[in-house]
Amino acid sequence: MNCFAINDLNNLRYGASPALMRHTAGDAGSGCAAQRRLGLDCPALRSKKMNCFEISDLNLYYGDFHALKDINLNIAAKNVTAFIGPSGCGKSTLLRTLNRMNDLVEGCVIQGCVRLDGEDIYGPGWRGDISHLRRRVGMVFQKPNPFPMTVYDNIAFGPRTHGVRRRYDIDIIVENSLKDAAIWGEVKDRLRQSALGLSGGQQQRLCIARALAVAPEVLLLDEPTSALDPISTGKIEELLLTLREKYSVIIVTHNMQQAARISDKTVFFLLGEVIEHGDTESLFTRPSHKRTEDYITGRFG
Amino acid sequence: MNDKLERGMGAIFFLSAAASILAVALICFFLLVNGLPMIFRSGPLTFLLGKEWSPADIPPVFGILPMIAGSIYITFGAIIIGLPVGVLTAVYLAHVCPKRIYGMVKPGVDLLAGIPSVVYGFFGMAAIVPYTGNSILSACILLGIMILPTVVAIAESALRAVPEQYYRGALALGAGHYRAVFGVVLPAARSGVLAAAVLGIGRAIGETMAVIMVAGNQARMPVSWLKGARTLTANIVIEMGYAAEQHREALIATGAVLLVFILIINLTFSALTRRKA
Repeated sequence: MNCFAINDLNNLRYGASPALMRHTAGDAGSGCAAQRRLGLDCPALRSKKMNCFEISDLNLYYGDFHALKDINLNIAAKNVTAFIGPSGCGKSTLLRTLNRMNDLVEGCVIQGCVRLDGEDIYGPGWRGDISHLRRRVGMVFQKPNPFPMTVYDNIAFGPRTHGVRRRYDIDIIVENSLKDAAIWGEVKDRLRQSALGLSGGQQQRLCIARALAVAPEVLLLDEPTSALDPISTGKIEELLLTLREKYSVIIVTHNMQQAARISDKTVFFLLGEVIEHGDTESLFTRPSHKRTEDYITGRFG
Repeated sequence: MNDKLERGMGAIFFLSAAASILAVALICFFLLVNGLPMIFRSGPLTFLLGKEWSPADIPPVFGILPMIAGSIYITFGAIIIGLPVGVLTAVYLAHVCPKRIYGMVKPGVDLLAGIPSVVYGFFGMAAIVPYTGNSILSACILLGIMILPTVVAIAESALRAVPEQYYRGALALGAGHYRAVFGVVLPAARSGVLAAAVLGIGRAIGETMAVIMVAGNQARMPVSWLKGARTLTANIVIEMGYAAEQHREALIATGAVLLVFILIINLTFSALTRRKA
C-alpha cells in the first residue's frame, strides 16, 4: 500500500511527464495500479507485449532512390535485435524510420505502416507528437555526440525538455541513468565537468545514459561502437546485454561477431530488402537463404 | 628566371603585408610619442581620473574621466540593446528562416554595415532624439543598431560552425526545434557569441560621428541615461579644430587612451577565437 502512495506522489510531482516516474519509482512494476488508475502506460504491462514494432509494407524513397522495399518485420520487445548487411543496404535508414529521424532528410518519402504499440506512427490518424515518439524511442549515434556542457547537464537535458523541473528529481534521474549505463562510477566525481573531457568510450556510454534519462521503451543504436577501441566496445556490448531486461534494443552493426555476441534476433538486409529475420543463433548457424550464408561467411560485403 | 620571378613575387606579397603592420606601428608610435609626455607631465592619475575637463581655464584642467565614463556607458548600453537583437537575428538566419527570406534579410543586414555613420547620425537626430533627447540613451539605441551587422555576422558563423550532430542528438531526445537550438546549439556557440559581443564593443567604442550627433557631448560626468555625455572620440573631434599646444597634446593623449581600450578589446577577441579553435 505504501508503495502506491509514493507513486501517486511521484505522479503529481512529474505532472506533464508521468512516464518519467519510473526513475523515482525504483522497481518498474510497483507503480502499476496507480498508473493504470490514471490511464497511463505501464512498464510492467508493456513487458507482456510480444512486439515493440510492427512494420508492414514499408517503402522509403530518397527522391528517386528506392531505399527500402516492402519491409515487413516484427521486432520483439525486451530483446536485442541486430540489423546487419553491407553498406547501403538500408539498415540505418530503417532504424531512423523508427523514431522519425528521417523527417530531417529532404526528399524522403515513406509509405506503409510502422506500428509502435499498435499505433501507426506514419498513419494519417496518428495523434501522438514527434517529441513524444522520440522520448519513447531513444537513439544513440555512430559518433559519440555528448553536448558541449557538463556531464550532469547532458543527462538532465532530456528530462528538462519533457518538463521535469525539480532539482531533486533531476538529481535522481541523473544518478539512475548513469548507473544504468554503467558509467556512474567513472563520472560521479566529475558531474560538473565538461562531458567533452571524457574518453570516446565513456562519451558513448554517456550518450546511452542520456537516452535512458527520458525513460524510453526502445533504444536504437546506429553502429554505436564503430568509432571505439575494442575495450570500450566490450564495455558497451556488456551494457547492452543488461539493458535488454528493461528496454527493447535495436542495434545496427557492421560487425557480425558483435551481432552474434549480443543479439537475440538478427535481421539481414540486402539492397533495401529484408532477406532473413530470425533467432540470432539459427541465422548464424543455419541460414535459410543462400545470400545470408554468403554474407555471414564473408563471401561478399 | 622562374626562380627569380618566384622570389620577386614573394617580396611583393611581403611588402603588401608589411604595409598594414607598418601603419599600425606608426599610429601607435605617433600617439604614444605625442600623447605620453602630456600624460606624465600632469600625472597619469590626474589625467585619467580627473573629473574636470576645462581647457579654457587658466591654468587649464585636463581630466578625461567624464569621457571615459561616457564611452563606457554608451558602449555598454549599445551592447545591451544590440547583442540580444543581433544574436536572435543570427539564430533566425541560421536556424529558422526559409532560404527565400534569408536571401532578403541577409543582404539587408549587410547593407546596414555599409551605411555611412553620418547618415546614421541624421537618422538618430530625426527618429530617436525627438523621443529621448540628446542623451546617452539615444546614443545607445543608435549604436545598438550600428553594431548589428558585426554581431549578426560573427554570431551566425559561430552558430553554423556548431556540428549538426548536437542538433540531431537533441532532437533524438524529443526536443523540438527551438528547444534544440536554444538548449544545445546556441550554448555550444557561446564563445562565438562572446566574440561577437567583444567585436561589437570595439565598434561601438570607436564610433564617432553618429554619437556626436545624438549624445549631447557635455564634458561632465554622466548623470542620467536621459542626459547627455561625451565620449573619448567625440572629445577629440569637437576640440581638435581649435586646440593648440597643451590642449592639443591632451587630445592626442585622449586618442592614446582610446587606442589602449581598442587594443585590450582586440586581444580579448583573439583570445576568445583562439580558444575556440
